[in-house]
Amino acid sequence: MFLTHETIKETLAAQFGDKILGWEESYGMLSFTIQPDHNLKALTFLNDDPAMGFQFLTDVTAVHYPDRKGEEIAVVYHLHNLKENVRLRMKLFVPVEKPDVYTATGLFSGANWMERETYDFYGVNFVGHPDLRRVLNVDEMDYFPLRKEFPLEDQTRIDKDDEMFGR
Amino acid sequence: MLEQGNIHLPEGSIEKQTTTLNLGPTHPATHGVFQNILEMDGERIIKAESTVGYIHRAFEKLAERRPLNQITTLTDRLNYCSAPLNNMGWHLTCEKLLGVKTPKRVDYLRVIIMELSRISDHLICNSIVGVDTGAYTGFLYVMQYRELVYEIYEEVCGSRLTTNMGRIGGFERNFSDVAFQKIEKFLAEFPGVWKEFENLFNRNRIFIERTVGTGAISAERALNYGFTGPNLRAAGVDYDVRVHSPYSSYEDFDFIIPVGTTGDNNDRFQVRNEEIWQSLSIIRQAYQKVQAFKGTEADVYHADAPEYYLPAKADVYTKMEALIYHFKIVMGETEIPAGEVYQSIEGGNGELGFYLISDGGRTPYRLHFRRPCFIYYQAYSEIVKDTMLSDAIVTLSSLNLIAGEMDA
Amino acid sequence: MSRPVRFNMIQKDTSDLGINNVQLPEGHMGEGFFATSLDKVVGMARKNSMWPLPFATSCCGIEFMATMGSHYDLSRFGSERVGFSPRQCDLLMVMGTIAKKMGPVLRQVYLQMAEPRWVMAVGACASSGGIFDTYSVLQGIDQVIPVDVYVPGCPPRPEAIIDGVLKIQELVENESLRRRTGDQYKALLGGYGIQ
Repeated sequence: MFLTHETIKETLAAQFGDKILGWEESYGMLSFTIQPDHNLKALTFLNDDPAMGFQFLTDVTAVHYPDRKGEEIAVVYHLHNLKENVRLRMKLFVPVEKPDVYTATGLFSGANWMERETYDFYGVNFVGHPDLRRVLNVDEMDYFPLRKEFPLEDQTRIDKDDEMFGR
Repeated sequence: MLEQGNIHLPEGSIEKQTTTLNLGPTHPATHGVFQNILEMDGERIIKAESTVGYIHRAFEKLAERRPLNQITTLTDRLNYCSAPLNNMGWHLTCEKLLGVKTPKRVDYLRVIIMELSRISDHLICNSIVGVDTGAYTGFLYVMQYRELVYEIYEEVCGSRLTTNMGRIGGFERNFSDVAFQKIEKFLAEFPGVWKEFENLFNRNRIFIERTVGTGAISAERALNYGFTGPNLRAAGVDYDVRVHSPYSSYEDFDFIIPVGTTGDNNDRFQVRNEEIWQSLSIIRQAYQKVQAFKGTEADVYHADAPEYYLPAKADVYTKMEALIYHFKIVMGETEIPAGEVYQSIEGGNGELGFYLISDGGRTPYRLHFRRPCFIYYQAYSEIVKDTMLSDAIVTLSSLNLIAGEMDA
Repeated sequence: MSRPVRFNMIQKDTSDLGINNVQLPEGHMGEGFFATSLDKVVGMARKNSMWPLPFATSCCGIEFMATMGSHYDLSRFGSERVGFSPRQCDLLMVMGTIAKKMGPVLRQVYLQMAEPRWVMAVGACASSGGIFDTYSVLQGIDQVIPVDVYVPGCPPRPEAIIDGVLKIQELVENESLRRRTGDQYKALLGGYGIQ
């Protein structure tokens, strides 16, 4: 069966109805936004439904939008249907005070470290993750570096002259 | 079932039946800095816990501060054994976002460079698998031919390892005759050498006994973990981004995807071997196609995109728009259209993806690298459970873990 | 531009060059004996048989592999035996970016080395943090251990790495036997918190 963007839209709309908050299509990839507490249901449906077949999780990551009050952190899933060669992007927005998202590790073992990396960089709390701790940064770090309010450079340096190096 | 069951520990003892071995970040057999804490019962591994991040260089945060053409230098340092592949992938991502279409000759030249870097990546991986089973000679013999590849890179872009090769829309200069002569020399000399290398290993009893049956992973588990690249193809799934979503005119080339059966170390070794032969065939085809361009077409080495590709110096000195474009590109002030794009290429280790979100400024709003090494290293603890330590070492090197790509 | 290949095409005849290996230090030569000062002999012996520890973390490590290969061949200079155990090596070659997570590991490896030991920082990342001015990268290994020779480059060409090794050899040859027990060296180590 040929899986087109229209078929995906219809099937998902039929299954989830008003839980899907928006559709976008950019550069050939279909992307939809869903309510944050339905992410695992959507992933399971996309995985198990024989018409959908999105059984490969390409990537889990997050983006910080400090200007969107109440839903600052976007968690983005990239899915891939290997048989039909169709890619899909699923987004959900969570507030930065309470960034709780259900974990996908039960469905995809590969989501384990991807979610740990997202936690390490943005502080997204994956509920139900077997081992949610920092993976790339030092364990003692107490802030989430990739959020927009934190600087790139190490602030404890005393030998670099800020005026000369335009940081 | 522990083999040392005859050791009786008193109640409340802090000793355990298992030994903890730290296959630490600095170790000759871990080719790169990552740590494995192994719980062992004699020689058998009960549990392995991996730690990465010893070379975390914050590429993604760094990329939010750099204009697009400065991010190429960051992508070099991802999988540094095949740096031009990462560069080309990044240029393809930028071209997708900016809507730049490259001419065919540029695509074919890119294919030559990408396949050369794939060869050099697989070359290191396979010879290191040999070293880890005790065969040092193959490695030394074959490293000599990586120097030939480095010479080709030097002719094209000036640098050996961290190449920063190409620009958005093409290459910085046309390939000179010396570069083509060196490519021909490589194509003439390397197949004989690789045949010798294969003769050393393919039917070598010690190597076969070390690698067949060890480090196996099934196709279902591999897909569930998100494996891509030679490791997935060794498990039996023929997913190759060059064929699934062709980029840079890969659909014009005729090559096969080698696939293994059990996903063990020997299958990975053989898949990479065969991929080198296929890459050689692709380079030959691309070379003939490039040579087929004659006259003014043979001088095309970049797309016609004046806002993103540096204009010719003669124009900069005489025309006003060229001067403005030159200034904006060099100072990093070109505006990138807003949007989000995901582009993936077949890197040396699998699907290397670039997820770029732009908000219309001069630097990306968010850049995320989908790094294959990071994703498949998670499976190591599952692969290595209940195997011997020596098999675990060979598995570690045959998975081709590049620390720069893992941590980024 | 048609420029033919013009390098590495002529076979050179090196049979009459009389390749000699090591310069004799100054001293008095007689029938069956050679008298010189102890530190010169020790310096000559040490410099021509350095045992390096390649602490290769990233891209510079691959250039080191090329340097050890047959094209550039570091073992011409005596560094034939590379070891991975700090207890057995003299020269710690730190090649590649050292992140803050890796800093304590590097320090521990350095502390395990026995005197006399030398440290070479290969590449821009080891010398000063390189292009990675970020929160997670150590801006130069001299924040944690004392360094003798810095080899800049990103990555440095194999010729540059060999040049660095030659400079280390110069340092080794001219080092006084009493340096390691003297006050200045102790103060240097004290500055790093090493006893």
